[in-house]
Amino acid sequence: MNKTVNQKAWFLILPVLLLVAFSAVIPLMTVVNYSVQDTFGQNKFFWAGLDWFKEMMASERMWDALGRQIAFSAIILAIEIPLGIFVALNMPKKGFWASTCLILMSLPLLIPWNVVGTIWQIFGRVDIGLLGYTLAALGIDYNYTQDFFAAWATVIVMDVWHWTSLVALLAYAGLQSIPDAYYQAAKIDQASRWKVFRFIELPKIMGVLMIAILLRFMDSFMIYTEPFVVTGGGPGNSTTFLSIDLVKMALGQFDLGPAAAFSIMYYLVILLISYVFYTVMTNLDKRDGH
Amino acid sequence: MAKITLENLAHSYLPNPKHEDDYALKELNHDWVDGEAYALLGSSGCGKSTLLNIISGLLHPSQGRILFNDKDVTNAPTTQRNIAQVFQFPVVYDTMTVRDNLAFPLRNRGADPTYIKDRVQQIAAMIGMEDSLNHKARGLTADAKQKISLGRGMVREDVNALLFDEPLTVIDPHMKWELRTQLKSLHHEFGHTMIYVTHDQTEALTFADKVVVMYDGRVVQMGTPQELFETPEHTFVGYFIGSPGMNVLAAEVQGDTAVIGGTQIALGKGFGRPAGNVELGVRPEFTSLSACDAGLPVTIKRVEDVGRHKIVRADFQGTEINILAGEGENISPDMNRVVFDTAGINVYSNSWRVAPEVA
Amino acid sequence: MSLVLEGVSKVMNGQTHIYPTDLELQSGTMNVLLGPTSSGKTSLMRLMAGLDVPNAGKVIWGGKDVTGMRVQDRGVAMVYQQFINYPSMTVYENIASPMRLLKQSADQIDAAVKKAADLMKLTPFLDRKPLALSGGQQQRCALARALVKDAGLVLLDEPLANLDYKLREELRAEIPKIFEEAGSIFVYATTEPEEALLLGGNTATIWEGRITQFDKTPIVYRQPVNATTARVFSDPPMNFLKFEKAGNQIRFADGQLSSATLGAFAGLGDGSYVAGFRPNHLKLNKEAPDALEFTGKLNVTEITGSETFIHLKHHSENWVGLVHGVKNLKIGAPLSVYLDQAHVYIFAQDGTSVAPASYAAAV
Repeated sequence: MNKTVNQKAWFLILPVLLLVAFSAVIPLMTVVNYSVQDTFGQNKFFWAGLDWFKEMMASERMWDALGRQIAFSAIILAIEIPLGIFVALNMPKKGFWASTCLILMSLPLLIPWNVVGTIWQIFGRVDIGLLGYTLAALGIDYNYTQDFFAAWATVIVMDVWHWTSLVALLAYAGLQSIPDAYYQAAKIDQASRWKVFRFIELPKIMGVLMIAILLRFMDSFMIYTEPFVVTGGGPGNSTTFLSIDLVKMALGQFDLGPAAAFSIMYYLVILLISYVFYTVMTNLDKRDGH
Repeated sequence: MAKITLENLAHSYLPNPKHEDDYALKELNHDWVDGEAYALLGSSGCGKSTLLNIISGLLHPSQGRILFNDKDVTNAPTTQRNIAQVFQFPVVYDTMTVRDNLAFPLRNRGADPTYIKDRVQQIAAMIGMEDSLNHKARGLTADAKQKISLGRGMVREDVNALLFDEPLTVIDPHMKWELRTQLKSLHHEFGHTMIYVTHDQTEALTFADKVVVMYDGRVVQMGTPQELFETPEHTFVGYFIGSPGMNVLAAEVQGDTAVIGGTQIALGKGFGRPAGNVELGVRPEFTSLSACDAGLPVTIKRVEDVGRHKIVRADFQGTEINILAGEGENISPDMNRVVFDTAGINVYSNSWRVAPEVA
Repeated sequence: MSLVLEGVSKVMNGQTHIYPTDLELQSGTMNVLLGPTSSGKTSLMRLMAGLDVPNAGKVIWGGKDVTGMRVQDRGVAMVYQQFINYPSMTVYENIASPMRLLKQSADQIDAAVKKAADLMKLTPFLDRKPLALSGGQQQRCALARALVKDAGLVLLDEPLANLDYKLREELRAEIPKIFEEAGSIFVYATTEPEEALLLGGNTATIWEGRITQFDKTPIVYRQPVNATTARVFSDPPMNFLKFEKAGNQIRFADGQLSSATLGAFAGLGDGSYVAGFRPNHLKLNKEAPDALEFTGKLNVTEITGSETFIHLKHHSENWVGLVHGVKNLKIGAPLSVYLDQAHVYIFAQDGTSVAPASYAAAV
C-alpha cells in the first residue's frame, strides 16, 4: 500500500530531529572527539589517534568487566524469558482477575531504578532487611557486601523481580492474539499441554518474544543504576559490570581518553548485537507474512 | 462412525434462562443416522454453530443429553469423543511440514511410526496433497490449509463424525467448487457421518443427503434437498432456499381453489378450509409468464438476465413476485399474467405448511 | 463526468499489478469489475480513486487530468468488504460525517442523512453505534455514508462478500435502486459472475492485471472475445474440448469424428481449435437432431433441489454440467451427454475467439 507522496511531512519530524541532535548526536560526537585525543590537563589536547582504543583492547580490566557483563546478561535472559512466558501462560485472560493481574504485573516496572536498587539494598541487609534477616535466621551465611555469590545472587534476583513483568506482559499480549480455533483444534487433535505450547503458542508469540529478548538484552547489557546502588560494584570488583567500570574510569579516575574509547566500543558492541537481532526478527516476519 | 442422538437438548448462554428467548438453542430431539451427510443451514445467529459445538464437546449444553452410539457423552471432553472438526479459518501448525501436520493426531496417541507413515500417505492421496507433503505448512494457500485441516480430521480411522463449521468461507469462489466436490467424493468413498454448518444454501444442498434448516434456535425442517425445495414446511424454508426464494402471497383458500386479491387460482388439490393467516407459496421455478387471460395480473418492473435464465421481477398489488423465464424466452409487454404450475403450489397457515387432502 | 484511464499501469516491488490499461466509464453507468482474487480489481480501483499513483499513464476525470491529485480533492466515495464505519460515532453521525467535512449546513445535512437512511432502511437505527448492528446493517451504514456524499465516482470493493447468502441477495437487489438515485459512475468489484449478471450495466473482466474485455454485461457473457474472459465469466467454469478440423472432418480430442457444420462450426477453416461450452447447455437427452454426443465417466452429482450438477470426466478433461430437475445417476458409470451445436464457442489455440456460439446472436 502506498500513501500519496507528501513532502510536507518531513517538517513534522524537524522538532524531534533537533532534540535528538542536541541530546544524543552532539554528545556522541564529543565522546568520539575525546576518544582520539589525550590531555595533560589545563585543557590542552593533542591528537592520540587510535592509541586509546589499542590500550583498551589490551586492558585486562576491560576484558574482565566484559566477561562479567556477558555472564550477567546471559543469566538474566536465561531466567527472565522462560519465567516471563510461564507467568503469561498462567495469567487469566478474561474477567476481573485479568485486569488485576495486569496491574500487579506492571507495578515493578513503574518504580524508578535507583529506588529499586535502594529497596533491595535494604531488603538484603542482615540487620534490618527482611530477606537478609530471614536468611540469617535460617542459618544461611548471607552477606552481599562481602560474599561474591551473595552479591551476584542479589543483583540477579533484583533484576528478575524488576524486569520479568516486561517479558510477561509482552508475551501475554502475544497470547491474546491467538484465535480460539487453534486451541479447539488442538483439543480435537488430542494434543498434550506441552505440544499446544510448542506448536501453537510459541510460534505465534515468536515475534513479540524477539522484541522482549532484544529489549532485555540491551537493558541488561547497559545496566548501571541498580547494581551500583546495591553493591557499588563490589565486593572488590565482582559485580563491576561494563558501565560501572566505565563510570569509575571516566568520573573516578578522570581518564577521559580511555573512557571515551571504551564507551565507543561499548556502543558498537550493543549496536552490532542489536542489528543482528533486528535482522533475525525481520526475516522471521518476512517468512510469516504473505 | 457413529449414530448421534440428541435428547431434550437445549442451550442458553445466560446463567438463568427464564423464557424461550433466552435460549440460543431451543429444545431439540434428533437422531443423526450413521454415515449420512447432513447440512445445518440457517442465517447467522440461528444456533447452528452452537449445536455443532455441543456435538463436538467444545460447549457443554445447559440442558439435555447427547449420545454417541447410545453411549452418553454429554460430560465427556472433546478429546474423548473422537470427532474431527474443520473450522472457518484454516488451522494448521505453521512450524510443521504438511506431513507432520497430518501425522500430529496419530503421534499424540502414540501410534506406530510405520502405521503413521502409511496412513499419512493414504490421506494425502485422498486430499490430493501428495506432492506437498514435505513443504512447510506456513506459506500455503487458504484452500491447501483447509485441505490439511480436513486431512488431519480424517487421519484417525476411528473418528465418529466429521464436523464442518462454514469451512469454505475463506476459500476463493473458483476453488470452492473443487473442495466441495472433493468433500462429496470423500463422503461417498468412506461413508463418515458428516455434519456441515453453513449459511450458503448452494453449499448445503449440494453437499448433504439431508438438510436441517434452522431458524431462531429451532429446527424448522429436515429433509432431502428435493423435499425442501418442493414442499417447504415453513415459509422461512421457502424463503431461505432457492435463489430467488419462494413467492408468498396472502390468500383465501377453500377446497381446491384459492382467491388472491380478487383472482381465482386453481390449486389442483383439496386443502379444506385452513384457518389463521393463510398464504400461498409458489417458487419462481413453478411460475411462467403468459399473455392469456388465466392467472394473476402483474406489472413487470425489471427483467434480469442471469445467463442461464431470466428473472422477471413483477409486482402484484404491492407484493413482489419473481418469475423465471428461459434464456432465450421473449418477454413481450403484453405478457401481463403469471400462471402457477399446480405441482408447485403450497398452502401455509400461520407460516406452517398445510398438507393437501389425499384424494 | 466521465472517467478515462489512459495507459494506466501499476508496478510494485518489481511485480506488475496492473498492465497498461485503457478504460472509459461514462457517467450514470454501473460498471462491474469481475475477476478472481488478486487479479488486480482492488489495485485498479485504488488507481481510479487516487489512493495510489500510477507508475505510468493518466487518469482523466471530466476532461481534467487528475493523475497526481489527492483523493480528498476528487469527490470519490468508496465502500469496502469489511464493514468500515467510525466505531465511536452513532449511525447518524457516521452518515453525516462526509458532509460535515464539506461544511454543509445542519439542515442540509439532516435532510440528506434522513434520505440516505430511508433508502438503506436504517431509520430505526440512527442513534445506535455501528458495532451494535448486525453485519448487513453495518454495511448499509457504510453504503449510506458513501451515497450521501453525492460523489461523482462511487467505488464498491466486494461489499457483500462478508454477508450471509440471503442477506447478500437482498442487498444486491437494492444496489441498482441506489444506483438509479445517484446518477454517478458506479464501479463494483466482485469475484462472482452471477453478481455481474444481476447488476447489469457494463462489465470489465480482469485476469492477472489485464482487462480482457469491457462491454455491456450480456455481450461480455454471451460473446467473450477470448477463452480467458469466458473462463472468468462463468460459474461453474466453462468446459473446454480440443479439436482439429481437416477438410470436412472434425476430430475431437477423445478421438471422435464428426461432421459438425452448424453454429460456430460453419465456415471454419482447417486447424486446431478449442471448443468451449457452458455447463447449463449440456443435456442428458438428445434434443436437437444434430446434437454432438460425448461419453464420460460420472464422478459426482450434486443436487440443489431444482437442478443437478453433474461432474464427469471426459477423456482428460473434468466437465461440469447443470441439468434441470433432480437426477439420481449412478456414480462411476459411463454417461452420455449431448450438446447442441448452436451452444459451442470456438477459440483458437492461443485463446482468442474465432466464433462465438450462434445462439448468442439470437438472444
